[in-house]
Amino acid sequence: MRKQERSVPGSVYKTIKYIICIFLAILSIMPFWIMAMNATRGTYEIQQNSIGLWPSHYLISNFKVFEGKSFNPLVGFMNSFIIAAGSTVLCIYFSSLTAYALVVYQWRLRQPFFTFIMAVLMIPAQVSGIGFYQFMYRIGWTNSFLPLILPAIAAPAVVFFMRQYLLGALSIDIVNSARIDGASEFYTFNRIVLPIMTPAMATQAIFSFVGSWNNLFMPMILLTDNKKYTMPIMVSLLRGDIYKTEFGAVYLGLTLTVLPLFVVYFTLSKYIIAGVALGSMKE
Amino acid sequence: MGPKKLKSVSYAKYGYIFSIPFVLAFLIFTAYPIFYTAVIGFTDLKGLGKTDFKFLENPLQNFEAVWKNPSFQKSLENTAIIWICNFIPQILLALLLTAWFTNQRQKLKGQGAFKVLFYMPNIITAATVAILFNTLFAYPTGPVNDLFRLLGLSDGPVEFLRDKWTAKGIISFIQFWMWYGQTMIVLIAGVLGINPTLFEAAEIDGATSRQVFFHITLPSLRTIMLFTLVTSLIGGMQMFDIPKLFLNGGPDSATLTVSVFIYNQAFSGSYLYNRAAAASMILFVIIAILSGILFYLLRDKDASKLRKEMRQLRKAQKAARRAEA
Repeated sequence: MRKQERSVPGSVYKTIKYIICIFLAILSIMPFWIMAMNATRGTYEIQQNSIGLWPSHYLISNFKVFEGKSFNPLVGFMNSFIIAAGSTVLCIYFSSLTAYALVVYQWRLRQPFFTFIMAVLMIPAQVSGIGFYQFMYRIGWTNSFLPLILPAIAAPAVVFFMRQYLLGALSIDIVNSARIDGASEFYTFNRIVLPIMTPAMATQAIFSFVGSWNNLFMPMILLTDNKKYTMPIMVSLLRGDIYKTEFGAVYLGLTLTVLPLFVVYFTLSKYIIAGVALGSMKE
Repeated sequence: MGPKKLKSVSYAKYGYIFSIPFVLAFLIFTAYPIFYTAVIGFTDLKGLGKTDFKFLENPLQNFEAVWKNPSFQKSLENTAIIWICNFIPQILLALLLTAWFTNQRQKLKGQGAFKVLFYMPNIITAATVAILFNTLFAYPTGPVNDLFRLLGLSDGPVEFLRDKWTAKGIISFIQFWMWYGQTMIVLIAGVLGINPTLFEAAEIDGATSRQVFFHITLPSLRTIMLFTLVTSLIGGMQMFDIPKLFLNGGPDSATLTVSVFIYNQAFSGSYLYNRAAAASMILFVIIAILSGILFYLLRDKDASKLRKEMRQLRKAQKAARRAEA
């Protein structure tokens, strides 16, 4: 039986597997490759042949198209960075704190609170959009970054992940010995527990940051001032009529929005893939 | 487990104190907006910059109007079609790749690199992906059109984005392309979590790779697949970025999803916040019902039976202990 599997059909199967995997890999890369190459090509070049596999020399002139137009990658980058960094810091810190409360302390509402977090884990974010907008409009928080940053304090999925991590990584003896040394509860959490949680925090920080960076719905509703636009809103401007004939510039604009993500992804890919796998490990 | 050893009661208050930020943020930014959305659904709130509202005499007026709105019905249908056409191939390909990548007898090289590349589209901004694909399918000259001409698949330039089914198909494909890598990694992690003795026993019994996959791997992945199905469904029902920016719901509403419908109702035309809110609530109920059905249908019957037995056993033990005392 086993011998049969290892004979000729086995190697044929293996070749087929490799061919399909390589095809899928090309499918992942190709759109971005064409995009990056066309970002350096002139509009006329692209119209003649739009699949350019090698760079050309129109990068600067494509860049000049953006001058004086609403698409401003630098502003978008800064705004997105402020929002993503702010919400990531809050999300990671407060999720760790909540998870710590769930793991270390014996309080009467602990189990009900955990059940509650599990229950709200699946609430679809978009369904509260209209109420959220009206609420923010009433208190004058539209065109502010706060409504895009502060909600990150309550991230049920991250709390769940942190709790699982703490259950495995934290020994109560460490907390107890800190108490004997006279450390306050806040000090113990900030100085002793947080460093233990660094690996989990790093993983969740990547996903939190990328999630916030990529978010389109909420920023698009709340931010109407073009100085406040985030990267995804900037991208959406590239669909506008003024860029209809400037293919090179559109590709360049897209490339500029993707570039920081590529840098982050390929430097941290190992941790990201491990994080995705870990995230699936419920219980 | 550690925490149980700690008997001190005096620290209990910190459990509450440390949970306050989460609870407050949740109440303010999630619970209240949901409640407020529900309320707006029963009112006459519309018009740019309006915040005052009156409750309608017929409280269900908005809900009825939305439910009967052909655009809304169309958007529900589109969302379902696009989600199904992306999820079925996605889970099948992910399962196939999982079987290949975890096959112990025939190890594939370069798995790490493949995983990195398959997952990559998932972290790229969906807004960028939507516009990139819109540009790739450009007419009359665009990369896809050029590719078709190169391969001799078409005689002249094709206007892909004018055709309703092609447009739907491309959106399904984008979703599939962005998510199969993620599903695959999750499933592989699931396989690695299966008790290795199961595989060893199958090996000793002389099971083929196929038998192992269908009789051990697949049944063990049940919970993880349910989880994938539910999260994909919840995400799919809210699909916004790609249909909004790819063709803005067109051509002829062929790619109008529920979220795009909600957005267009509330933030364009006559700014019908009340209708959009009613549509949001309908969507919420649909998602809740579908998730409930899935959990019920795919619940692990053996596990729940086992839990019940364990509970009875514990009760019996407690009773026995009490009797002893």
